[in-house]
This record gives sequence, structure tokens and C-alpha cells, in this order.
Amino acid sequence: MPLYSCPVRSLQTVARNIFVLSLHAPGLAPAVRPGQFVNIRVNDALEPLLRRPFSVHRTTHDAIEILFNIVGKGTALLAEKREGDVLDLLGPLGVPFTLDDDRFDTALLVAGGLGVAPMPLTTVELLHRGKAVRTLVGARDAASLVTRHLHDVVCATDDGSSGFHGNVVALLEREAGQLAGKRVKIFACGPHAMLKATALAAERLGIPCEVSMEGPMGCGIGICQGCPVELRDASHRYALMCKDGPTFDAQAIRW
Amino acid sequence: MHKRSGGDVVQSAFSIGSAEFKNRVLVASGTFGYGDECTDAVDIAQLGGVVTKSLSMKPRDGNPPPRIVETTGGMLNSIGLANIGVHRFIAEKMPFLRTVDVTLIVNIAASTVDEYCAVLDLLEGEEGIDGYEINISCPNVKEGGLNFGTNCQMTSEITRRLRARTKRPLFIKLTPNVTHIADFARAAADEGADAVSVMNTLIGMAINARTRRPILSTVTGGLSGPAVKPVALAKVYEASRAVKIPVIGIGGITNGVDAIEFLLAGATAVQVGTANFLDPAAGVRVAREMASFCEEQKVSDMSTLVAALDARTGVSVLDSWL
Ligand SMILES: Cc1cc2nc3c(=O)[nH]c(=O)nc-3n(C[C@H](O)[C@H](O)[C@H](O)COP(=O)(O)OP(=O)(O)OC[C@H]3O[C@@H](n4cnc5c(N)ncnc54)[C@H](O)[C@@H]3O)c2cc1C
Ligand SMILES: Cc1cc2nc3c(=O)[nH]c(=O)nc-3n(C[C@H](O)[C@H](O)[C@H](O)COP(=O)(O)O)c2cc1C
Ligand code: FES
Repeated sequence: MPLYSCPVRSLQTVARNIFVLSLHAPGLAPAVRPGQFVNIRVNDALEPLLRRPFSVHRTTHDAIEILFNIVGKGTALLAEKREGDVLDLLGPLGVPFTLDDDRFDTALLVAGGLGVAPMPLTTVELLHRGKAVRTLVGARDAASLVTRHLHDVVCATDDGSSGFHGNVVALLEREAGQLAGKRVKIFACGPHAMLKATALAAERLGIPCEVSMEGPMGCGIGICQGCPVELRDASHRYALMCKDGPTFDAQAIRW
Repeated sequence: MHKRSGGDVVQSAFSIGSAEFKNRVLVASGTFGYGDECTDAVDIAQLGGVVTKSLSMKPRDGNPPPRIVETTGGMLNSIGLANIGVHRFIAEKMPFLRTVDVTLIVNIAASTVDEYCAVLDLLEGEEGIDGYEINISCPNVKEGGLNFGTNCQMTSEITRRLRARTKRPLFIKLTPNVTHIADFARAAADEGADAVSVMNTLIGMAINARTRRPILSTVTGGLSGPAVKPVALAKVYEASRAVKIPVIGIGGITNGVDAIEFLLAGATAVQVGTANFLDPAAGVRVAREMASFCEEQKVSDMSTLVAALDARTGVSVLDSWL
């Protein structure tokens, strides 16, 4: 998990309160796999103290992008970054999504809110492997929807201002019927409650499902034990989100 | 030892009993795993030493989430001593650790005095361990969960029992959550400890006002990071004046000047904890910055800074009114 100093290339607003930060990272970019994250020091000061984890949104040969919204002081500082500012990154971290999996030929990407962040990179790699990709994106309203660089997208909004009126899991239940006969695997990312509902729906539908989880992290590299995820397997009660995840087989998690 | 620009060196090595340390910066227990996790981000051979995560006899799952929360200038944790247990440590971690040229201090935690002894006995059979640090900030199951580290008699008893079983250097790690840490430093020194590590985390708490719930699953947790540095300096000052054995200063260190302040307050060496989470190479950097500071200040031997605080104009609150 090497450290990188990455100059900011650009900061773009892509939806209401949602930004894409592009960082020059030639050493890092080619090494990132879909679902992995980077742990970013948002400034040189000791406040905020800890690094902030972000999924890698997209990569080019020499740059990475992260997609984020402002939820607190760290993300507010990121939203003030300008071209040339240098950020200190640790990565790539965590276990990527399992794309080389013979059980499926159609990937169903299910994203809730900022859970759309890892999906563009995941899409590129899936298409590269010859898999079919369908993407379900849920957001609060039309202004918060992010659908850039995705494939075959269907949207859902809580207020019905765009696409399906309801949450993305309800949309998943509706879409699942159309996928009958296809060998499908779900890749989901979003808030905990949405992942839980997705995992339960997948189990009911008999579709394999991987989730990318989020929650507080201390170090992001497996040394603080601060990020437990409770497992179903009683003999091995917790996994570490940063090191054993953030992607997990949905069936392994005690929801 | 660090090369100075003129070609001579700042003396920074030191020893405690049979343990030799290349410089005065160790990484603190629980903030650097078992020493084998960060080897691609930092050359651990450049550290004064590595203190392992606390090991208990059986593996421990630890507490339910959330286990950590950031606070102003610091963080609270309630990890619950999640660790792989001493057997797996010996089988899986020691073979690698023996190949690295770094001073290795194994930290032990337990819920009975007998368990402390049994874990130490197992480690005694292992080559490549340079000393032990005993985490006494643990609930004593025989005394209804009362923390060993807040009871002077228990501190004495643990030190006495472990001292009788090992010739390796024995550090007792003290908790700041007591009225007079000097009494605890004395209790450890009187029973033959080689050093005291000061300090473990301060008890703290974080609340979400909107949900009216504590943020940590255990309600309270241990505060660490820059926020605790002033408290740690005062505890090191108090403890080091009470005992002749070395004090290892711990709490909120993020740079070389912080570490020098601990030396001045009375510490022989320091440990870097939470700062490893911001920068896995923090310990190595702090050691380098200490050497640069000495060079700049024309200090050729770092040991001359230990307890060199010039407190002439100050009246210590240890002896007076606030
Ligand atoms: C593996 C991983 C990948 C992530 N990827 C992305 C991403 O691609 N884009 C993105 O916008 N966010 C992502 N997050 C969440 C992101 O790390 C947090 O939003 C960020 O740390 C908040 O920092 P802050 O200083 O702005 O907020 P703070 O001031 O720290 O907190 C503000 C609020 O956010 C909540 N919060 C803080 N940290 C987290 C967290 N890790 N998860 C959920 N809630 C949190 C706090 O409880 C609080 O209510 C990811 C988290 C993880 C663990
Ligand atoms: C996440 C975390 C885990 C810790 N685990 C242990 C432990 O297992 N044993 C121990 O003796 N101290 C443990 N500590 C305490 C540190 O070793 C150190 O005493 C304390 O954090 C103060 O130093 P700092 O401010 O530099 O972090 C832990 C601290 C943190 C933050
Ligand atoms: S965040 Fe430190 S172990 Fe996962």
C-alpha cells in the first residue's frame, strides 16, 4: 500500500453537491482494481486527523478520479481543492470485486446514492471481460443522480422526479423478472440499509451478490482493528472492512 | 545513529536491560499491527523498536462496531483488544519478525494474573523477542471487571509475578486514568520493572445529539492522538520524577519536536501511536526529525535531553495549587 503524492488536475461538479476530483497518479492508476479504494489525507494539518477513504471512480493510464459529496469537514476541504494542490494518497487498498467468476455472464450493478462511485471502473472491466452489464442507479431526486460512464442505465428516484418512483431495491425487484434465464450476478454499493435490502432480495431471487460496504475507518490498512464487519460464520465473528473488504459476498455478512 | 551533515553523528541509540534500541522511537501497541503489515510502506528496521498489538492467550474477536470515532485533534477507540492470540502470533508472525533487524517488544494483555503469566511463559520459549510490555489497562474478571491498571496492589502483583518468570526487559504500561500516576510507576519499579510506558489512552466519550446515542458501541472509549499530548507530557513528568527506571513517553506524538518535548519532560524514549494511521512511516520520520532537531540545536548525544526540562521559573502543579 504505497504512499503517493498526487497533484489535483481538476474538480468538477457533476450533480447537486456531488463532485469528481481528478488526480495525477501515474504510479497508482494502473494498479487499481474495481471496488478498491484510496485513503486520502485531505490537508497537512492535524484537523481533521484521520485519512478519508474513497472508492476509485475511474482511472486513465496516469490519473484516478474519485466521486464524492460534502457530508462533513473532510469532504468540504476536498471540494475546495484546485488544480495543482497536492494530496497524499495511500492505495490501492482493499479487496476488489470478483469479476472473474464463471457463475455469471450478465452483471447487474446496483448503486444507491454515492454508491455509484466504483461503478464506472467496474463497468469498464466487466465489458472488457465480455460480460453484459445493466446498471440500476438510485438517488433522492433527479438533481442528485449521477449516471456518467455507466452502461445500460435505469434510474430510480425517491421522489419520482426521474425514472422509477421508489428506491433502487424496489427497482431491482422489478428488473429481476426481465433477467430470467440469464446468469446474473449483482454488484452493489451504497448505504448499509440499501445493501442489506439488496442482499436479502438477491438471496430471495437466488442471484449471487457482492456488496461494497462503507463505515468508519481508522487506518484503512488493517492495523487498527477499527472497522469490523460482522460475519454469519460464528467461528470467525468479524472481518475487517478495509483489508478483507470493502467488497464481500453478501451471503457472508450478518445483516 | 543518524549521520550529521558534518559527517559526525547524533547519538540516539540506547538500551534498557538487554534490549538495544537503534533510536528513541518505537511504534505503540495497537497502532502498527504485529509489525509485518506495513513493510511495503515503511522500513521497520529503521525504527527504534516495534511494540506489537496486545496479545492474550486466546484470540479475541473484539467489540461490536462502531469501534472508532474521530474527535477534535484525536480519536476514540474501543477495539476491545481484538487480537489473534499468542499461539497464532508465535506460529504466523514470529518467523517473519525474526528475520527483521528490529527490536521487538511483545505487548501482553490478560483478564487474570495467571493469564498474563501463561502468555509470557509461552513467549519465553521464542527467540527474537527483546522484551515485554504489559498492558495493565484490562478488566480483571476475578474482581468484577475492575481495571488492573487503576489498582496499585494489582500493578505490584502483576509486576512481581512476571518479573520472577523472565530476565527479558519488562515494561509496565500505565494508564492515565488514575489520580497519581507516580504511585503506579513506583509500584512497578519497586517490583523490578525495567521501565514504565506512559501512557495508555484516556477514557473519553462521544455523543450524537440528534439520536441521543453514544457513538461507540461500548459508550466510552480510549482517547488518543494530538489532543492528549499535554496530558501525556504531564504524566511523563510526574512518573519520571517518582522513579529511577526509564519512562517511555506515549501520547499524541506526530513529529520530532513533540518527541523531544517528551524527552525533556523525563522520557528516555517515545512511542508513536495514532500518527501511524495518518502516515505508516510516522515512526521513522519522527526519529529522523529528532536527529535533525539535535543537529540544529548542536546536541550530539540525545540522552543529554532526557529530563533536561528547565523548570526554574515554573512551580509544578504536582506540588502546588492550580
Ligand atoms: C471503503 C469506502 C469507500 C468510500 N467511498 C466513497 C466514495 O467513493 N465517495 C464518497 O463520497 N464517500 C465514500 N466513502 C465515505 C467517505 O469516506 C465519508 O463520506 C468521508 O470519510 C466523510 O468525511 P468528512 O470529513 O466529510 O465527514 P465527517 O465530518 O467525518 O462526518 C460527517 C458525517 O458523515 C458520517 N461519516 C463519516 N465517515 C463515514 C464513512 N466512512 N461512511 C459513512 N459515513 C461516514 C459521519 O458519521 C457524520 O455523520 C467511502 C467510505 C469507505 C469506508
Ligand atoms: C486503535 C488503537 C488501538 C490500541 N490498542 C492498544 C493495545 O492493544 N494495547 C495497548 O497497550 N495500547 C493500545 N493502544 C494505546 C496506544 O498504544 C497508545 O498508548 C495511545 O494511543 C496513546 O498514544 P498516541 O496518542 O500516540 O496514539 C491503542 C490505541 C489505539 C488508537
Ligand atoms: S481501518 Fe484500521 S483496520 Fe480497518
